[in-house]
Amino acid sequence: MDVIWQATLASFSMLMTLDDRLIEVILLSLRVSLTALVIASLIGLPIAACLAFTRFPGRKIILVSFNAMMGLPPVVVGLVVYLLLSRSGPFGVFNLLFTPTAMIIAQVVLVTPIIVSLCRESLESMRREYHDALRSLGATPAQAISVLVWDGRFTLATAHLAGFGRAIAEVGAVMIVGGNIDHVTRVMTTTIALEASKGDLVVALGLGVVLVLLSLTINFLVYGVRSLGEAKVAS
Amino acid sequence: MTGASPLPLRLESVGLSRSGKNVLKDVTTTFAVDPPKTVIIGPNGAGKSLLLQVCHGLISADTGIVDWATPQNARALSRAQAMVFQRPILFRRSAVANLILALKIAGFAKSEWRDRADGALERTGLSRHAATPARSLSFGEQQRLALARALVVEPKVLFLDEPTASLDPAAAHLVESLIDEAATSGVKIIMISHDLNQTRRLADEIIFMHRGRIKERAPADQFFTRPENDLAQAFINGELLWRRRRSIFDGALVDDETCSSEDFNKS
Repeated sequence: MDVIWQATLASFSMLMTLDDRLIEVILLSLRVSLTALVIASLIGLPIAACLAFTRFPGRKIILVSFNAMMGLPPVVVGLVVYLLLSRSGPFGVFNLLFTPTAMIIAQVVLVTPIIVSLCRESLESMRREYHDALRSLGATPAQAISVLVWDGRFTLATAHLAGFGRAIAEVGAVMIVGGNIDHVTRVMTTTIALEASKGDLVVALGLGVVLVLLSLTINFLVYGVRSLGEAKVAS
Repeated sequence: MTGASPLPLRLESVGLSRSGKNVLKDVTTTFAVDPPKTVIIGPNGAGKSLLLQVCHGLISADTGIVDWATPQNARALSRAQAMVFQRPILFRRSAVANLILALKIAGFAKSEWRDRADGALERTGLSRHAATPARSLSFGEQQRLALARALVVEPKVLFLDEPTASLDPAAAHLVESLIDEAATSGVKIIMISHDLNQTRRLADEIIFMHRGRIKERAPADQFFTRPENDLAQAFINGELLWRRRRSIFDGALVDDETCSSEDFNKS
């Protein structure tokens, strides 16, 4: 008990003094996960819109697949990306393994299904509701889509926060494809795993606190965005 | 902005089926600028809403012709007409933003948006709610806003699908007077109503529908004093219109029967 107490105190003082090691790891985490989120959004939103606004054979299968992929185990995603990027893999020539880029790729794979599924659901239910009104007003397809995206912006933002939450908290994928190399690919989650196994509870707990604070912040943001949406547009 | 009216609207042998059932059968009629207010009545399932949606172009007929008088492109045609639904479909925006969106889609110049929207809010008595999220307005206010949004683009024809069905009498009265004003300013009103008193108050002309067909069409006073169709007669007397049934023995159609609600209660 005493050990935990001391470690907690030490980790807080580490946070308060903005320890360089800690800051470096936190910044890399944020960089990797935010970049992954942006890319996943650029890929995921158009797919979500396609699935929400068009009907084609096989659509249901794609839909279910994306839903299922929301729960992909990060370790498995990491392993597959590892195989693809490794020297003998199809993308080995790019020399990406054990770089932040590899970690971003893995997290894009994890986040995209969340963006696709949640955004598709929101866009589709809004479309069902607005359809007759937009038709009646004579909106072109482009106008209709812009109305749906704008009016659904709060739920779409919530979907993105959920995606970011998954990226920042996962450890399996970045550990495998990043290799947890100090100063290069060491992020919060991999550091926690490493320091904990080494027995250095101070750093592990310090980062743990940061991670928990971050996910709390995200949840507050989700809540805030929702209630802002309700207040502003009564959705 | 004041283009020619696309009326008359001509329907010829329009048919529509939904999941194997013919819901509109051989509907042939014409909607002209005069008389200003046409009210469509009839029991549930008569095909009133579908007829309105076919006219407005929300659904296309399976058979027959829907033809507007002036050959116009689809965009001009959709701008010349507007529709108010039974349950108002409002966008997740402020009241004024709902109107501005309609103006934007209709292609009005940006400089006119605000003035026109404010004018429409004033006419519908919603000025003080301009910045209120549309969907947090009361139901009556929402329907008035839906009406304002339909009228703000200055349509030539306004379709209304039971616009007062879920409103209390006071709110219904407000909506009715707005409809009246629109008609006075030259908008052709084609409206569905389930309320016979309302129909009496508003209608210049009545179309009575039953099971996918237009059974009678007459000027309002004539329709209420001496309806020609026996079903229409039964309907305005508040009787129940029995559906045509298939005899289980020989498959032949049994003729329409009517049965007063009193009989129904007795049994």
